[in-house]
Amino acid sequence: METFKKNRLKTIFKSPEKKVSIYFTAGYPALTDTLDLLSLLAESKVDFVEIGIPFSDSVMDGEVILESHKVALENGMTIEILFDQIQKIRAQVSIPVVLMGSMNPVYQYGFEKFCQRCHEAGVDGLLLPDLPLDEYEKYYRVWYQQNDLAPIFMISPQTNGDRMKRIDELGEGFLYALSGNSTTGSTSEIGDNSEYLQRLSNHKFINPVVLGFNIKTKDDILFANQFADGAIVGSAFVKTLKGGFNKERTKHFLEQLM
Amino acid sequence: MNYQIDENGFYGPYGGAYVPEVLYSNVENLSRNYQAILNDPDFKKELSRLLKVYVGRETPLYHSPSLSEVYNTKVYLKREDLCHSGSHKINNTLGQVLLAKRLGKTRIVAETGAGSHGVATAMACALLKLPCFIYMGEVDIQRQFPNVGRMRLLGATVIPALSGSKTLKDATNEAFRDWINNPLNTFYVLGSVVGPHPYPDMVARLQSVISQELLHQVPEITGKEKPDYVVACVGGGSNAAGSFYHFLNDPEVKLIAAEAAGKGLDSGFTAAATFRGKPGILHGSKTKFMQTNEGQVVEAHSISAGLDYPGIGPLHAWLSDTGRAKFVAVTDDEALDAGLALSQMEGIIPAIESAHALAALSQLNFKTDDVVVVCLSGRGDKDLETYIQYSNSKKTAHGNV
Ligand SMILES: Cc1ncc(COP(=O)(O)O)c(C=O)c1O
Repeated sequence: METFKKNRLKTIFKSPEKKVSIYFTAGYPALTDTLDLLSLLAESKVDFVEIGIPFSDSVMDGEVILESHKVALENGMTIEILFDQIQKIRAQVSIPVVLMGSMNPVYQYGFEKFCQRCHEAGVDGLLLPDLPLDEYEKYYRVWYQQNDLAPIFMISPQTNGDRMKRIDELGEGFLYALSGNSTTGSTSEIGDNSEYLQRLSNHKFINPVVLGFNIKTKDDILFANQFADGAIVGSAFVKTLKGGFNKERTKHFLEQLM
Repeated sequence: MNYQIDENGFYGPYGGAYVPEVLYSNVENLSRNYQAILNDPDFKKELSRLLKVYVGRETPLYHSPSLSEVYNTKVYLKREDLCHSGSHKINNTLGQVLLAKRLGKTRIVAETGAGSHGVATAMACALLKLPCFIYMGEVDIQRQFPNVGRMRLLGATVIPALSGSKTLKDATNEAFRDWINNPLNTFYVLGSVVGPHPYPDMVARLQSVISQELLHQVPEITGKEKPDYVVACVGGGSNAAGSFYHFLNDPEVKLIAAEAAGKGLDSGFTAAATFRGKPGILHGSKTKFMQTNEGQVVEAHSISAGLDYPGIGPLHAWLSDTGRAKFVAVTDDEALDAGLALSQMEGIIPAIESAHALAALSQLNFKTDDVVVVCLSGRGDKDLETYIQYSNSKKTAHGNV
């Protein structure tokens, strides 16, 4: 299809290798760290990044990411600034970028304008965990399509087979499978959900499936890869940024991870 | 105009269910089953039995001689403060905890602001034998401490919410996070007509016992067929929804919703969502709440912990847009004055939340034969310290003049 000719996310998933993704929050620990983090991750072996749009009341997030949202907002991070930052660095980095966040800031920005700005800035996918599938289909899908933006949806242990099928039909790029029932950065172990993980790996998805939440170490990634096409590291990465972005420390964390 | 939810859980543009995938099946399952359970004869029988023998319903409709004199009209108080637990919140919690048991859930979580909903949930859980976890903002734990002690005594675990403004909004976030981490065994007993569909409608139905009783009490006690005004305070809006419910389609009954203006609508310290809010998505529904241009939620302020919430339920956003209910804003001091006045004139200490509804009367113009029903949603035992401090500070201020 014409639409995804240039979508970087879709392109990288054409290769069969397992993927690793890193999540970080825009504007954390400092407002302009978004740029340095993106460059560093683009130079590393990370396959794609997810950038969190900070929100005052993100219910999906646990302590570490909540704190990063709070600091980012104190730093003055906004959607407009984030788009400017991504657009600025896009000429130098080709790593796929997925934006992730709660619906309200996007809704206030204006959904259509948001999708257009994603396209201009070079954003490849959008994940809004509290966006209902019906509403996506009825109102928003057209704007994702017009702007080469891959709609990313989540799957959880609560998602039954029929719904997995529907999510797979609507989703593009990849499906974001939660490793378990939890907020981000919880203490639960990803191995606790073997029945669900098996179900995931048995289901014949059209899209690649990437496992996220509570993936902290190389071992976790290897474990996730037994069931999925890749893994996303969030809180564990954000934790390393606490107190200030230190390039060497972050590099070291990434080397340990891969 | 229609004031009931449509098939997708919306009141006009407001409502819906904006929940992450982990909660989707819970919310969906509840949507599919709540009406059938609430209407099941055995369920109804058990709930009305408990409302009678445990809560002490029906609550009196009491003619207030002094307020009637002050406003030169006929003021009646719907005495929800006489409910066991001390507020209307127990009408809802008994219903939801019974329903949770029907759904096979074995653990209850809830948020609380003033502690009224927390206490009412803890009581329902003690009675119906389910473990109970209550999230309460750290600020509210301090200002409503008597209720914290009550919840603990009732066997509930009270967990401080440490994020954000450390008040009701943040306690709600934490309760949602708990539910996300425990979706299989846990039922979230939401305390107001907020949250994802079907909560706003489910809570409104459970609280509608208030207006159900008014349907026969008003003719019996006032001699008029129906009230001219029904007045209630709005935090999330459950006592208001319950008081308005059976009158929603009768335009002759004027509905008045009292919102907390805090230190004043323009002070930057307010909780009046219809005045200072705009539509957005918070706590699982599309509704009106106070937010920045970037969509970040603005922290509310009210002296009353139960009204200290930046939003209102989607029904109320709709009642405000359509003009079906008139929203008035009441400041902290106006509410405290109204609460102290009722205490002194009639020996009833109202919750500071309910005192907002009393204070709203001064913004309305009544005819002498109007029947004005005010929902006295709760009693003020939990607020004694605030009342006493305020009363002392006024005395000192006067003494200095
Ligand atoms: C006595 C009392 N009235 C009113 C409220 C506000 O809630 P709602 O607007 O849902 O009735 C509270 C909340 O804690 C309360 O304790």
